[in-house]
Amino acid sequence: MSADRAKTDGEPRVLVFSTNTISDPGIDLAGGSHMPYSPAVVVIPVPCSSGIRPSWVLHAIDAGFDGVFIAADGTDCAYLPDCTKRTGDVVQRAQSLLAEHNHNPRRLKMAAICSVCAESFQSHMEKFQAALVKLKAGQEKVVS
Amino acid sequence: MTDRKIGVYICHCGGNISDYVDVKQIRDAVSRDDGVVIARTTMFACSDAAQEEMIDDIKTHQLDGLVVASCSPKLHLFTFRAVAERAGLNPYQYVQVNLREQDSWVHQHNIPEATQKGIRLVRAGLAKCVLSEPLSTMRIKTIPKVLIIGAGVAGLRAAASLADMGFAVYLIERSSKAGGMVAQWGKLFPHDRDGRALVADLHNEIKRRENITLFTSAELVEKSGSVGDFSIKIRVKEQEEISLNVGSIIVATGFDPYNPEPGEFGYGLEGVITLPQFKELLDESEGLLSYNGRRVRNITYIYCVGSRQEQTAERPNPNKYCSRYCCNAAVHSAICADALDAEVNQYHLYRDMRTYGKNELMYERAGRQGSVFVQYDESDPPLVEKTGDKLRVRVKDRLIGGEEIEIVPDLVVLVTGMVPRENQKLIDVLKLPVGRDGFFNEIHPKLRPVETVIDGVFIAGTSQGPKTLAESVASAMAAVAKSAALLMKGYVDLEPLIARVDQQRCIWCDACTDACPYGAIEKVSFEGKEIAGVIPSLCKGGGACVPVCPENALDVEGYTDKQITAMIDSMAGEVV
Repeated sequence: MSADRAKTDGEPRVLVFSTNTISDPGIDLAGGSHMPYSPAVVVIPVPCSSGIRPSWVLHAIDAGFDGVFIAADGTDCAYLPDCTKRTGDVVQRAQSLLAEHNHNPRRLKMAAICSVCAESFQSHMEKFQAALVKLKAGQEKVVS
Repeated sequence: MTDRKIGVYICHCGGNISDYVDVKQIRDAVSRDDGVVIARTTMFACSDAAQEEMIDDIKTHQLDGLVVASCSPKLHLFTFRAVAERAGLNPYQYVQVNLREQDSWVHQHNIPEATQKGIRLVRAGLAKCVLSEPLSTMRIKTIPKVLIIGAGVAGLRAAASLADMGFAVYLIERSSKAGGMVAQWGKLFPHDRDGRALVADLHNEIKRRENITLFTSAELVEKSGSVGDFSIKIRVKEQEEISLNVGSIIVATGFDPYNPEPGEFGYGLEGVITLPQFKELLDESEGLLSYNGRRVRNITYIYCVGSRQEQTAERPNPNKYCSRYCCNAAVHSAICADALDAEVNQYHLYRDMRTYGKNELMYERAGRQGSVFVQYDESDPPLVEKTGDKLRVRVKDRLIGGEEIEIVPDLVVLVTGMVPRENQKLIDVLKLPVGRDGFFNEIHPKLRPVETVIDGVFIAGTSQGPKTLAESVASAMAAVAKSAALLMKGYVDLEPLIARVDQQRCIWCDACTDACPYGAIEKVSFEGKEIAGVIPSLCKGGGACVPVCPENALDVEGYTDKQITAMIDSMAGEVV
């Protein structure tokens, strides 16, 4: 899959992993509040951010996404008191995997998004997409 | 190619979706996709007529998968699972796509892009549906008995309510008497009701109900089984062990008052006491207020002691929360002190006054009666010293430009908050998660405030976090309602979206056992080798075991590796 073929108005394409009980309701709240963000952002909900396979992050980048954002449970996780650390471990492993495959590890970002963090989610998407644009520009300079 | 037969329904949501997303374009795009037998748009997918149409289609076309692209699954996941079930389709072969909250409502000014995104989202749902498998819930007959841990006001009140609904209640209390903290207090805010009398009344209510058994000096030492049918063992008076079966458990273990560090706001100096100690002094006083045989004429209250703390090197685990009850209790105590001696001078050194709701009236009353309120800055807190036999408090008043005031009180009352009660044994037995504040954690503070990740175990009162007495009882009633709703049906169906093991791949390295905090993975034998086995009644489906498996032998049903990668491919794919 070519990344360029599926571009949305040229904006960086972001895959978000959300969590069913914490961050996905926060992302829904952004919708309920009609707080716009880029249509290039799509979301896959999972039960808990500590259960994300690092290989899914690599797969998403290989498939054409410019970046992956893990909207983590953080300390609000109902399953695990140490969810932040566990999700951090997943991120670390995923970033190593990206580096091994010659992808910039900064294409993966994690932040805790709570169930009412609509504004925070909107802001994260804006900043992450801006960072991805810079990242790509920097890489292109290096290549040229 | 797939041999699946899937029906796809795209909802207009009366314009909430179709005003910003071209639903017909989505339908036309996915109708040609592999596995799609029928694709329709519908004005309201959740309407009776639309549900009947889906049921008819499922039966007519013998569909084995259903995708509904409408609102958030938080609203209608169970509605459409029920539709599938009524049509004879396995409800776990239904997938809901969030086309409203995560598409139409956030891209209202870009219909073409919102539509393109909608096509990708529906295709991702379709990819997940193609790989879905029929799953069965595990039905467990529920036992109409409830264990309540903690016989404070929340526990006592919950016991009486459940008993009135016809449930047998086992109420266990770690200390030798029921009543908890409230049993030690006299007048309570806001209505001056006596705490001891309140507990005595509740205790009498408990005695009148034959279906409540109260065990004091008792603790829970073992728990097995699952929601609806827990086998428990309680130890009474450190000797006798009693085995029981209950359908649900309510944890109402209460709080501990914050105990200041020596030297914290002068704590340890004669005349510096905590709010609970001051309450006791007030309750025991007849006539003028005195402390250690000396009349008390000047009282200084210092608020937020042990609450809203900042992290420092000396205090790596601060209590960052507000304890909610303490501003109210301190202001009420000032009113009680004034009733004993109208000439007593009272100075309240506060950070922010949080006598919220109806309790604001107490604050006004205290002010009218002569209490002086001085706001201090958290970065420059009051200083308490002893010079000779006199206590001296120096504070900078924020409201008069930080000017320093010196007070010479007879008594300094540290308005202390709540801290989580030491419950490590109980935490271990119930495997109940605690939050970063150390209190028991609910699934969701707003949407599921008394439920925990351990199905059938509910939390109530201040075991969950600081609360006033009224809030504590309200949460106990919520736990009663959830518990009764669970048990009244007579059975419970356990969600099958839990971990599963690829028996060929697993080599029993034990990593998953370490990752699971619920003890849901055990060693089992398979074709002559040892592998991991999932205990369905204990697995919560969180998936923490999945990424730690070096053999990729673990998946969570509904979120398998194949499903997620197929969804990623569909979302990344070109829209044609």
